[in-house]
Order: sequence, then structure tokens, then C-alpha cells
Amino acid sequence: MFSYALKRLGLSVAIVSLAMLLLFSMIYLVPGDPAAVALGPRATDAMREALRIKMGLDQPVWVQFWNFFTGAWTGDLGREVLSDRPVAQVVMEQLPYTLALIAGGISWSVAIGIPLGCWAAVKRGSWADRIVGVLSVAVIAVPSFVIAIYALLVFAVSLRWLPAIGAGEPGDLGDQLTHLILPSLAVGLGWIGYIARMVRASMLEVLEAQHIRTARAFGLPENLITFRYALTIAILPTVTLLGVGIGQMLSSAVFAEIVFARPGVGKLVYDAILTRNYPLVTGAVLVTTVLFVLINLLADLIVGALDPRVRSRL
Amino acid sequence: MSEAVSNPPSMAQRLRLGDIWKATRRVLREPLGAFGLILVLVMIGGAVFADWLTAYEPNKISPRDRFQGPSLDHLLGTDHLGRDLFTRVLHGGRIALWVALFSTAISLSIGIVLGLIAGYGPRWLDNLMLLLFDSIKSFPTVMLALALVTLAGPSLTAVVIVVVLVNVPGYARIIRTQTLALKESEFVTAAQSMGASSARILRVHVMPNVIGPLLILASMDIPVVIAIEAGMSFLGLGVRPPTPSWGAILNDGFTAIRDTPWIAIAGGLPIILTTLGFTFLGETLRDVFDPRLKGRG
Amino acid sequence: MTVLSITDLNVFFSTEGGDLHALRDVSFDVPERRIVGIVGESGCGKSTLINAILGLLADNGRVGGGGIHFEGHDLTRLGPKEMQALRGPRIATVFQDPMGALNPVVSVGAQMRNIQYRSGLSRSEKDAKSVAILQKVRIPDAGAALARYPHEFSGGMKQRIAIAMALLMEPALLIADEPTTALDATLEVATIELLKELQQDIGCSVLFISHHLGVIAELCDDVVVMYAGEVVERGTTRQVFNNPGHPYAARLLECDPARQSERVRLLPTIPGEIPDLRHRPEGCIFAPRCDRRAPACEARQSELPLQTGHMARCALAEARS
Repeated sequence: MFSYALKRLGLSVAIVSLAMLLLFSMIYLVPGDPAAVALGPRATDAMREALRIKMGLDQPVWVQFWNFFTGAWTGDLGREVLSDRPVAQVVMEQLPYTLALIAGGISWSVAIGIPLGCWAAVKRGSWADRIVGVLSVAVIAVPSFVIAIYALLVFAVSLRWLPAIGAGEPGDLGDQLTHLILPSLAVGLGWIGYIARMVRASMLEVLEAQHIRTARAFGLPENLITFRYALTIAILPTVTLLGVGIGQMLSSAVFAEIVFARPGVGKLVYDAILTRNYPLVTGAVLVTTVLFVLINLLADLIVGALDPRVRSRL
Repeated sequence: MSEAVSNPPSMAQRLRLGDIWKATRRVLREPLGAFGLILVLVMIGGAVFADWLTAYEPNKISPRDRFQGPSLDHLLGTDHLGRDLFTRVLHGGRIALWVALFSTAISLSIGIVLGLIAGYGPRWLDNLMLLLFDSIKSFPTVMLALALVTLAGPSLTAVVIVVVLVNVPGYARIIRTQTLALKESEFVTAAQSMGASSARILRVHVMPNVIGPLLILASMDIPVVIAIEAGMSFLGLGVRPPTPSWGAILNDGFTAIRDTPWIAIAGGLPIILTTLGFTFLGETLRDVFDPRLKGRG
Repeated sequence: MTVLSITDLNVFFSTEGGDLHALRDVSFDVPERRIVGIVGESGCGKSTLINAILGLLADNGRVGGGGIHFEGHDLTRLGPKEMQALRGPRIATVFQDPMGALNPVVSVGAQMRNIQYRSGLSRSEKDAKSVAILQKVRIPDAGAALARYPHEFSGGMKQRIAIAMALLMEPALLIADEPTTALDATLEVATIELLKELQQDIGCSVLFISHHLGVIAELCDDVVVMYAGEVVERGTTRQVFNNPGHPYAARLLECDPARQSERVRLLPTIPGEIPDLRHRPEGCIFAPRCDRRAPACEARQSELPLQTGHMARCALAEARS
């Protein structure tokens, strides 16, 4: 158990370090002087030089990298250019909004996708199965930002059922949840399809297993067989899939945050790019990467918790 | 020498005109496949014959005609600069199609080379490349795009690079798996024992066997490519104005969504129809030709 | 008293290449408290027979004539609900593969409780019953075993747990589908002994499927020899083993390694393959592989009695009474 966890953790650290190296070289390779780019065309030479020294750009490359690297691991992501606040603090302020959005997306996809896939598998070959199949493919195919805009148009602008912009009043949970419905649906809709397909496929496989035949031979009720004996095994690959899919959900979250004018890391990075606030871009991308790696780790642990076979191997 | 060794029929040998017709008929027999094929053909036709299909210029600004709703004159209405949206959608199809074909071709070439190296090369290189593929593939696409545009500035080239980065790991992985399997197979071992060089074995024996499944996968990835182009253009990270792109039209529409919703509808509709069309077609193609790939994704 | 009586059972599967006649005119009885062995090569229809008895034929399968009589019911005419009510409490099954037969993510105790869901007992009463039967099949520390998962047990233990589960509800009929094939020789003997002991204890009848003639001879009172979905010979174990009436049964016995009187370099085999069941020949099904083929084999074969309770489906078999 210990060695597996250690290996898994080591891999995570390696991926994050690699991301740091890539980000650093990317910023380093940006054509032109980052200080000049950050300050814009109207800055004086003296201002540029001051910023260069402040950003540590006058030091040799490897010193710059080392400072970046050690700083990042200790939570110091530098200061952002515009307001001079610590990048880590700015990103952390926005992170809960993005996490809520992704959690919402996962909730939609799990709450609808798993029953749908399960139903399709049990009714295999029927019209219901075929319709679920086509719908799954359709929602996977259509990009989330188109879904976001159409959802905005229909439910917020035309029907006025749900709020169009923002994240809701701070402290008012009900209001925040209403504001979450449309963006999280835009993030999660495609995943309803992914999960329905995945659950259907693995359900079909599990339902063929010998132990299901045994359970039937003991006359166990079909509901017990489907939900307790088959589904608990069939959702395991789905958990892993969700872990990997977090990357895609983060992508969708960027669009959802922009379309619904929600605060969040995605919107932060987007705005930072438009204002050429490079330390903020690097910091936010790095935090996203760590988040992503952590969620994958979590997905593995959840699989472990759900599957006694894996649990004992850990 | 190695011609004497029995070689399974390659994709190149199998693809004759009659077979293509037969394949089309099999796809058409599936309602979903027929629907997909029609959507795709309409999209391609619209892009290719755009100049003949409308009387308007895609970038011609006409302040008198701005913000007009859909009518017989302007099928999808006009935007904030009075440009005919139908015309811009048709021309946007050209951009989408060009990016799809061009970047898929590049991704395929790079993916094939990397996959062959990983599959045929030494073990450590294989492991290293796998780690790299997995890291890139799992990284949020938009973050990748945003970081890249920071570096290179918004352009169509940036879009192509993002698509290549996103697609290559998947293709390389398929090629690698197939290469590993083929490496052990009898006809490759036989060719090796007759002293054929690695390059020759790859070209003559391995390539023809892996190219078929790869092309099907590539065709299934086309909707993803179209989504990336539209998405980046929507964020202003792709094509520069005034070049017509579906994503850019969608962005124009998003800005004015409360007053002139038809602009957003005009931008989103072709994206939805095209991604659906290619996806339905790709799924049918895969089911018809290579049921083995069914588990993927 | 007969517990299970199968009469002229026919089972078909619809396939792309036409209907497959998987079982033809299968008849035999399982008397009370007796162990009946079914023997035959793989593909002879053993599994189809079990599935037909249990009412678990695949979607493309159907019973096309004949009956399966059990405790006053014709199982071929029962609805799914009534059939489900019999499976478990009255007819229990032990399957071949102990590794795959138990659910990997449900604890042994929960699986055994679930089997008793119709018993009306409380949770602790169910667990007490489970522990009692687990002790009977000699699972060490049976109380703690309930909380454990199947992968924590060895293959032999898993098979004993599967047997315990099958006998938990004290069924009238136990179907054992090659329960020892996946086990090694020592475990096989122990499992056979255990099965025999429990059968006498509970007083149930057993339908024991195996391709291992040694096990059949050791365990069974009666034998049914199947070939290509037909019963070619049946009788008491002694009758069939000592005086096989059907050439197929005779060849099968000759080919059994345990019966070779001297060391041979190559074990004898029966040349040829099982015919395509989509196109059954009208005459004897074994004729194409039979070295005693005669003109009489072209006609449809019926079961000829050789002795009381011993019959063979062969035109050349002669009564010996």
C-alpha cells in the first residue's frame, strides 16, 4: 500500500515539476522583454529597468528558474503586475468559484449519466437504448461553449427562468446555486453523454460475468443484481474517467465563466492574458495543474475505496 | 527478399473505387450515418461553393443594414457591421474545413512518426514518450491554448499548433500499440530474419497495417478540431477580425445577445450541425469497419 | 420419488445461420436423494441443459417442446417470477469457476444474507445460518469470514463458499456444473467428499455435470451420457461403466486416461468433430464418427432399453436381460 501511494505521489510531483519547467521556458521564450510587454508602449526605459530588476529578469536563466521553482513549491507564485498583490492569493480567491462550477458539472453528469447508462444497458437493443446512444454522442460532439451560449439565450435571455450573469450574492446559498445551474449544465452536459456510454459499456460487460449468472441462479431480485451486484463494479471505470476528464471540464469552465460572467480561475487567466499579466497567467495555470493532478489522485483513491480488490492491493 | 513473406492485405491494396462505393452504401444503410453524411456534404458544399451561393461579400461593411433580423434578403440576418451572416457562415466553413484538414494532416504525420519511434524504439524512450503523451493529453486544452497564445499571439497558426498538440498524443499512442503488436507478429519476425532494415520493415510491413484504424480515428477527431478552432476564435485567440469564423460570429452574437439573438444563433448553428454530422458519420464508419475500436473513449 | 424429470426436451437458438437445435429429445430423471452425473465433451449441450432447467436461457434461446418437471411444476411453462422463486430455495447451483462465481465487491456475509432475502429471518438469524453452513464446509473462523471479500480466499475455499451458498437454503436439487474442474487434484478429491457428505446431510438430489469420468464414477449413482445435444446413453453408473451400450459411451470410456491398463504413448481420441447443430442429420448423430456404422444408422434412433433403467440411443445396442 505504502509503496503504491509513494509511487503515485512521486509521479504527481514529477508532472507538476515538468509543468513548471514548461511554463518557465514558455515565459522565458516570449519574444520581447516581459517587462516591456507588461508595461505597454508608453513606459519609460527607467520604469522598464525597475520592473526588470523587480521581476528578477537581470539574473542568469538558471537562477531565475531556481527562484521560480523553489518559490512555486513553497506557494510563492510572485506578484501580479497590475495590483502588485501576491499571485497565489489572487488565484486562491477565484479557485472556489471554479471548483463549485466543476463540482456542479460532475453532479449533473453523474446524476443523469449513470442512471441513463444503466437503463440503456438493462434495456439493451431497445429503442430506449438507441435513443440514449444517439443523444450521448450528440451531447459529446457539441462544444460546451455553444451549449453555454444557447443555454444563456434560451433560459436566461428569452425565458428569464434563471439568472444570466455572476455567481450570486455572497452568503446567499440559494442564490449562488441558482446562478450555478446554467454554467454547470454547460460544463457537465457533454459528460452526461460520456458517462452514460461508459456505464452502459461496462454494465454490459459486468452483466455477462459469471457472478451475475450465479446471482440469477440464486433467484436474487433483478434490482438487487443491477444496482448492488453489477453497477458497483460498472461505475469504477467511470470514476477513473472523471478524474482524467477534469482537464476537459476545466477547459469548459473557462468558457462557462466567460459566457456567464462568473468569477473563477478560467476568467482570471483569460483576463490576465488580455492584459498581459504574465505572472498571473503562470500562477493560475500552475494552480490549475496542481488541482488537476490532485483530482486525479483523488479519483484513484475513490476507486480504491469502492473496490475491495484494489483496496487490499494498495 | 521480403516480398516472399506473406503480408496481410494492406489498406492501400484494399481501397479500390468499388470498395469505396460499397462502403458508402453500408454507411447510408444506417440512418444515423446517412444523416451525418448529408450534414457533412452540405457543410463542405457550402464552404466550397460559397462564392456562388450568396450575392454578398463576407467582409463588406454596410452600416445601413446593421442588426437586421433573418429575412429572405438575409437568411440568417446581419451583424453589427451590417455584414450578411449567411455569407459569413459559408466562408467561416472554409476556415473550419481548412483548419480541420490541414491540422489533422500535420497531427497524423507527427503522430505516426512519434508512434513508430515509441513502438519500435528502445524501452526507455517508449516509457518517456508515453509519460509525455499522457501529460499533454490530460492537460486542460484551453490552458494550453491560452499559454500558447501568450507566447505567439493570436493567429490561425496558434490554432493549428494547439490542435496538433492535442491530437498527436492520441494518434501516436494508437500507432505505438499497433506497432508493438505487429512487432511480435510472424511476418515482421520473418522479414527481420531475412535482414530487412528497420526502416523498410516499418514502411512495408507496419505502416500499411496501422493506417486504416488511424484514419477512422482521425475522422472521428474532426469535430474536436472544429470545436477547438471555433472555441479559440470565440475567445479571440484564433483568426483575427474581420476574417469570418464561426467562433468569431458566435462572439459577435454573444456581445449582443440580449438585443439581436440571431447573430449568436447563426454562429452556433453551423458548429452544432457540423460537429454532429462528422460525429455521426465517424461513429458509423467505425462501427461498420472497425468494431475493435468501439471501446475507445 | 423423482425430484426432477425431463421429458423429450428440445431447445433451439436462433442464429444468423438459421436455427440451432441445441438439445434434441433429452429425457432423464433425477430420483430423490440420488446423484446423477452428466458426462460429455465440451459443446455437448450440458450448459444449455442447466440454463434450460434454471430458466436462464439466453435471449435467442427457446424451449421447443418437451417438459422439465420439478415439484409439480413444468418449469418450461413457468413465468419469470415463479421461476425466480424456485431458484435458490428449491434449485441451487454451483458453477465451474470459483474465481468468477462470487461477486468481487460484495462481502461474503452480504452475499449470503442476500440469498436468504425471502426467508423472513432477521439479519442476525441469517448471519447465524451463514456461519453454520460455512463451518460445515470447513471455512476456518467462519464468523470473521462474513466480513471478508471473495478475493481474500483461496480458490478451494472460494469453491467451498460457493457450495455453502448453494446449500444455504437446503434446496431439493443441487446443480453442480463442473464444480471441481478448476481445482487441482487434491482439492478435487476433498471437494467431492465434502459434496457427498453434505448431500447426505441435507438429503437433496444432485445433478452433477463433469467431463471427468473418474469423478463421475466416484460420486454418482446414475449417469447420463450426452453427445451433440442428445442423450445417447443413461443408466446406473455401474451399468454404463461396465457395459456401455452406445459406441460413443464406449469410446469415451476407452479414452479416459485412468482406464488405460498399460502405459500408452498417445492417449486414444475419438476422430472427427461434433457436427454442425444447425443442420442435424436425420439419423444417428454419432454416425459420422462411429467405427461401427451400419445402414440402420441412417434412420432416426430411439432409446432402446438394455436393462431395467439402462438405455442407449443406438440401433446396434442389444438388450442384455
